[in-house]
Amino acid sequence: MTGPLLVGRDLHKTFGATQALRGADVSVRAGEVLAVMGPSGSGKSTLLHCLAGIVTPDSGSIEYQGRDLVAMSDAERSALRRTDFGFVFQFGQLVPELTCLENVALPLRLGGVKRKVAEAKARQWLERVEVGELGARRPGDVSGGQGQRVAVARALVGDPQVVFADEPTGALDSLNGETVMQLLTEAARSANAAVVLVTHEARVAAHSDREIVVRDGTATDRELVS
Amino acid sequence: MSVSRTLLALLEPGPRHGYDLKRAYDEQFAQGRQLAYGQVYSTLSRLLRNGLVEEAGVEHGAGPDRKRYTITDAGVTDVETWLGTAENPEPYLQNTLYTKVVLALLSGRSATEVLDTQRSAHLKVMRELTRRKTGGDLADQLICDHALFHLEADLRWLELTAARLDALAEVVRP
Repeated sequence: MTGPLLVGRDLHKTFGATQALRGADVSVRAGEVLAVMGPSGSGKSTLLHCLAGIVTPDSGSIEYQGRDLVAMSDAERSALRRTDFGFVFQFGQLVPELTCLENVALPLRLGGVKRKVAEAKARQWLERVEVGELGARRPGDVSGGQGQRVAVARALVGDPQVVFADEPTGALDSLNGETVMQLLTEAARSANAAVVLVTHEARVAAHSDREIVVRDGTATDRELVS
Repeated sequence: MSVSRTLLALLEPGPRHGYDLKRAYDEQFAQGRQLAYGQVYSTLSRLLRNGLVEEAGVEHGAGPDRKRYTITDAGVTDVETWLGTAENPEPYLQNTLYTKVVLALLSGRSATEVLDTQRSAHLKVMRELTRRKTGGDLADQLICDHALFHLEADLRWLELTAARLDALAEVVRP
């Protein structure tokens, strides 16, 4: 078995007077769906943001494919987020002024891919998540469930190694949430992309391959205990 | 689940003999646990005795003759009442889990570990159900969803208990 793709060790992070992380360990293997569970305010979103290079931890280490994420410059981390990572949040991640097709094509366009090529690939992804007919619409004109499918397409369009999903079904009803989870995990598995899935819902976590639990800013990953 | 009421309701569309009834039950509801013939015939005898079904002639075929049964008016009323009555919510696992958590606290063991072990076991079953649901037909999906929602309720209770362990320890420890 190959080593983990992404490893965070002994991560600490404080926001003002709040200690969000107080020693969290986590590892993500290539292609696995890892659920990060825990009650509200336990630090699971902060952990995801640290692993994704959005937030820098106060102490601790993060290695992605053997590279030190904490020591990278902001520009390097930005580039990594664009090329290797995809993101699905609870809501609000689509650019309202762009059409759904343009939203999905955006990560490719930012990476310098020509419009025609980017939009052709984006169209394929919209078809794949069963909202091919929504390409010309703006995010404000589609339902919550449709918007999340567009977000899933956008997260995967750039062939990422890791998709970070923070409560991706949090704003959806059961049926839409179920569909989005199925589309996200099936698409990620077939592309061999890992998924770091933050959720407090067990039914959502049941789509994962394994789980870690964050409690009061601490987390232990059995994969790292040897 | 009431097998007796289910068999009775399966007679509503028209008369059937015992074997046919068992097959209809197994197709719809068995989920890997098929009904024994003995249970079908003993249930039919009871329904007959209670006036909820009556005999509707004998079917002659290649094999032995088979009695057909039909639902009576009283049987239809019974089915209607049953379908219209809510089931008692059951306490499921909580009593056992609560006992384990309290015993862990009383004996100085880690109650968090008890809860973590249970969470892992629950999630394992939930993953299996989710996989089965993903590859299954609509009936599979609905049946798995029911189990998943119940397991999820258990897990919510586990989380709530985990968040209240310190308070619980103060109450239960002498």
